[in-house]
Amino acid sequence: MDLKDLYQEIILDHGKNPRNLGKFDNYNKDAKGNNPLCGDNVHVYLRLNENKKVEDIAFEGHGCAISMASASIMTDMVRGKEEKEVKEIVTDFLGMIKEKDSLETNILKDDEKTKLMSLSGVKQYPMRVKCATLSWHTLTSALDNLDQIVKTEE
Amino acid sequence: MNIHDIKKEFPIFDDKIQNNDLVYLDSANSSQKPRIVVDRIYDFYTKEFSNVGRSVHYLAVAATNLYEQTRVSVQKYINAKDKDEIVFTKGATEAINLVANTFGQKYLSEGDEVLLTELEHHSNYVPWHFLRKAKNIKIEFAEINDDGEVTLEAIEKKITNKTKIISVSHLSNVTGAILPIKDIVQLAHSKNIPVLIDGCQGAPHLKLDMQDIDCDFYAISGHKMYGPTGIGVLYAKKKWLEDLPPYQGGGGMINEVKKEGITYGELPNKYEAGTMATAQVIAFNESIKFMEKIGIQNIEKHEKELLDYGLEKLRKNNSVNIIGNPKEKGGVISFTIEGVHPHDIATILDEDGVAIRAGHHCCQILHDKLNLPATARASFGVYNTKDDIDKLDEAINKCKKIFNL
Repeated sequence: MDLKDLYQEIILDHGKNPRNLGKFDNYNKDAKGNNPLCGDNVHVYLRLNENKKVEDIAFEGHGCAISMASASIMTDMVRGKEEKEVKEIVTDFLGMIKEKDSLETNILKDDEKTKLMSLSGVKQYPMRVKCATLSWHTLTSALDNLDQIVKTEE
Repeated sequence: MNIHDIKKEFPIFDDKIQNNDLVYLDSANSSQKPRIVVDRIYDFYTKEFSNVGRSVHYLAVAATNLYEQTRVSVQKYINAKDKDEIVFTKGATEAINLVANTFGQKYLSEGDEVLLTELEHHSNYVPWHFLRKAKNIKIEFAEINDDGEVTLEAIEKKITNKTKIISVSHLSNVTGAILPIKDIVQLAHSKNIPVLIDGCQGAPHLKLDMQDIDCDFYAISGHKMYGPTGIGVLYAKKKWLEDLPPYQGGGGMINEVKKEGITYGELPNKYEAGTMATAQVIAFNESIKFMEKIGIQNIEKHEKELLDYGLEKLRKNNSVNIIGNPKEKGGVISFTIEGVHPHDIATILDEDGVAIRAGHHCCQILHDKLNLPATARASFGVYNTKDDIDKLDEAINKCKKIFNL
């Protein structure tokens, strides 16, 4: 295990200065997620236009560097993408965090994939995986209009 | 037994953990186990095992005697008047649930108030919340002050003529504040209100004398007292155990069972339904003996030294913010580092073998009040040394370095 894999510069940067932090007015989908074990929480807001494209996306919440960076990078990455593409990216990301060595989707450019792979360090820290995945599960819940709060524990 | 080389009594420190010497600073969560406790469980299962209180064969009688010996040891250790005032439970959580459930059944009705404090662990809030749902009772919270303490005055302020029971921590698992429980009991009794003390953090670290404290109920966690998991104790005055209804129904707690009706067993069997955590109860006797051998005064003194040293060290460390400043404080230091989330602190410290806890420590009400989503916490046990605190301090510096502080 190496802490440098977990706390890469890009994570520290996004963790300290999260992009897309804060609610915006004309969102039409949102969902909350929380991790009852550690008290982290996130609220994802997004606006899907008539062509099912993510026009804008932002989040509110608090948590560790990993969870803030993950939400920050995620929101950067899915803005401007179609709903179908977003879901593919989410599935690909969650698959990578869980078991796969790399990202497979063709939707993301190589530099975007590199950025996302910076979160792969959590794979060596099983207790921290949930920090990286909470905002992604919450994004899915927002897209699917699910009313229940996403929890990392059942 | 010399407290300064007590680490060697604990097998967990024999080997490296992830290539590091273990610096275990999570005893408020659960303590490590001395060899004699671990060995006792093994010996009981391999040489002496039988269920207790039922059969008449040799092993059953011997096991029953061992089980009952722990009851007497606990009684003496906490200076209870009668051994029947000691009820074994699966933990302090169950002990509190037992009181909330049975006392609630018999004595609480709509509009009645239960008085807790803002620093209670969830296990001393959720059981009462069940009653709020089921019986429409009210829960009041005595406030903490800026130092993270709950004073007698804060308790007094929230007592009304509807207050039916007061349930408070002995020692906060977050701020370390030691509550003035004897004064609280005295005040409550002057108004005919019974008091339950959540002693999870008190029992492992402070001298206990039930007859002196005079509380009605005291909940103890075995695994925080160098004992096995799955074992706790409810101390309750005999008059309450005789008066309150049974908690769980099953074998062992009955007197006579007929189709038309059932009569319940005598104390303490009335509250110990089903097969209990026999091996754990028997091994818990070794934990008590272990603590007696060191002497609770020596434990208190040792942990106070560690606390003073730790506070001095961490106060000098820039960007470390210590939570609470109680005058009477146990061996718990909760802290934050400006710019680093507690979970990141815990992960980075762990890399050097420094085991702390991060999160809300099952005290969300307290963290809401402090306006902090989470804190990092270092808590001490008999095996800790000043060297452990130096390592904590070094690991905190490493953490600051990673986060460019």
